[in-house]
Amino acid sequence: MNSTPKTLAEKVWEDHLVVKGENGTPDLIYIDLHLVHEVTSPQAFDGLRQAGRPVRRLDLTIATEDHNTPTLAIDKPIADLTSRTQIQTLRNNAAEFGVRLHSLGDIEQGIVHVVGPQLGLTMPGITVVCGDSHTSTHGAFGAMAFGIGTSEVEHVLATQTLPLNAFKTMAITVEGTLRPGVTAKDIILAVIAQIGTGGGQGYVLEFRGSAIRALSMEGRMTICNMSIEAGARAGMVAPDETTYAYLKGRAHAPEGRDWDDAVAYWDTLPTDDGAVFDAEVFLDANTLEPFVTWGTNPGQGVSLSESVPDPAAFDDVNDRAAAERALQYMDLDAGTPMKDIRVDAVFMGSCTNSRIEDLRAFASIIEGRTKADGVRVMVVPGSARVRIEAEAEGIDKIVLAFGAEWRFAGCSMCLGMNPDQLAPGERCASTSNRNFEGRQGKGGRTHLVSPLVAAATAIRGTLSSPWDLENSPVPQSDPTTQAAAKVGA
Amino acid sequence: MQKFTSVTGIAVPLQRSNIDTDQIIPAVFLKRVTKTGFEDALFHGWRQDPEFVLNREPFTQGTVLVAGPDFGTGSSREHAVWALRDYGFQVVLSSRFGDIFKGNCGKQGLLAAQLSEKDIETIWLIIDEQPGVEVTVDLIAKTVTAGKSGFAFEIDEYTRWRLLEGLDDIGLTLRDEARITEFEAKRESWRPKTLPAR
Ligand code: SF4
Repeated sequence: MNSTPKTLAEKVWEDHLVVKGENGTPDLIYIDLHLVHEVTSPQAFDGLRQAGRPVRRLDLTIATEDHNTPTLAIDKPIADLTSRTQIQTLRNNAAEFGVRLHSLGDIEQGIVHVVGPQLGLTMPGITVVCGDSHTSTHGAFGAMAFGIGTSEVEHVLATQTLPLNAFKTMAITVEGTLRPGVTAKDIILAVIAQIGTGGGQGYVLEFRGSAIRALSMEGRMTICNMSIEAGARAGMVAPDETTYAYLKGRAHAPEGRDWDDAVAYWDTLPTDDGAVFDAEVFLDANTLEPFVTWGTNPGQGVSLSESVPDPAAFDDVNDRAAAERALQYMDLDAGTPMKDIRVDAVFMGSCTNSRIEDLRAFASIIEGRTKADGVRVMVVPGSARVRIEAEAEGIDKIVLAFGAEWRFAGCSMCLGMNPDQLAPGERCASTSNRNFEGRQGKGGRTHLVSPLVAAATAIRGTLSSPWDLENSPVPQSDPTTQAAAKVGA
Repeated sequence: MQKFTSVTGIAVPLQRSNIDTDQIIPAVFLKRVTKTGFEDALFHGWRQDPEFVLNREPFTQGTVLVAGPDFGTGSSREHAVWALRDYGFQVVLSSRFGDIFKGNCGKQGLLAAQLSEKDIETIWLIIDEQPGVEVTVDLIAKTVTAGKSGFAFEIDEYTRWRLLEGLDDIGLTLRDEARITEFEAKRESWRPKTLPAR
């Protein structure tokens, strides 16, 4: 069997080909799992209704409420009328068409990209779509997962397929060992700063290398989640023992004979030796530091130990203009050390960083300390189940003792569709994925950070890494001894 | 969907790069459950500024938007396309589009035509010299004509064909329904199932 070596992405693609496109028509690709939420589905269900079409595969479809849900007083009717209507519309549509729905108050309710993996529905070698760009999260399992628009949501509901043009492939190889205090979030922010917000356009990114293999599933999800911020359609990580261990025993994970068959297949998925990527990018994990954004797109980032860049230093005129506008919006001066920047708020949440491991990381830094005066700190678990799990570990108590707010699950201040918003001019260190103008509230200013940096920032009131704390549970280590230790090990 | 062949109308210069869909339509407007009526939401943040191009004559009547590179990046919201369409735009020209945005355009009959950055800048210059100049975007010839100058644009052939024919995606796919059913019969039993709930 001497077939051409293939990449992970190519294998998954080929195994979902229903009709191979010819003469410029796209391929018709089968969709294994369709996740639905309230924002991008109403017009799709409307379309079905108008055309008299049913949902083709209710057993491959699942819905949850997340973008509009309040994170306080969840037992009360939603105050904002349009939010309430949107949620009610999803409930009506789910009931009418027979779609499984996890509503506010249900243990499986939460951010759609936290719910899929948590239920064991997200698995290697499948195709996953959702009317949400951060569907790329699910690629952490070696699935082909991407966001789609509302017309496509309707298309998948009606046909369980999508006409798609094949993507190009890009390998992002991250070798080495992360120093304690440096996380998956810093890897992906550094990657985006390197290749730019358009650098991944048209590509499926495959994250590879020893630093990626060493990451937990949560860390891999953080990285794949933000692939879209580099413009990519999807991000993927090849499945391995870490993936299987995470999946095994979850509610919808395969069992018995099915599990064995699945693993046998999943083992064939990693990219073959000699397979060719259309593009390659390398990053050294050993020297990586905590990363933070200074601007209004996720590619505008630097190491936390650096300063706000000077727009004049950008060669490209568009980059320079964008940097100038960003500094104006962010109210920052070139040359200001990032660590001198004061924040008004810290948001710990979103589908990038709201899983149990993220909450544990945050809690490990703030435990036994109190937050800086005048800083509002909000902790929002990604799902109701994560919240319960965290409470069983006492994380809620640590958060409350610290002086932070412990909220109910949802997207919350990641995009501020519910009441959780920044006031105009407020500055926030946020573990979410988008620092666009007004994303967290009109006039709000966002710095994207990891949970560890969010925690240290909440303690000091200025952008900080855990390395900056007195008696830090995560002191700074020298990258050279780190690398040497690894070679010796 | 209506058949799209060519459009002649006022070109509106939007001289910014990296206009993400949050700028095209802010999240607050995503709460609506209808598919039309988004014209007031388009570029809502910028429209508060009386100097913003869409608030200036003759650009209020524009149908062809001429934007900087990386237009429509970020969030997948199709509302961005609905807002542009509801406002009256039929064409967006840029040197680079966000992938999802570009896909959404094709499905809603909005033409996302890709030109080189140099050509976009030339068109901006032409508009600068003659504000209110009408441009013609011809999908059959794949050209943009502005004043005396002509430019070629790129679009993938499949999207072009569907726009020209005014074809609905779902109907097109369902012509292959037998192949879908055949594919489903061979799917392995380990693949995820949301029902029954466990
Ligand atoms: S948490 Fe933020 S990025 Fe994730 S799905 Fe919700 S709104 Fe989108």
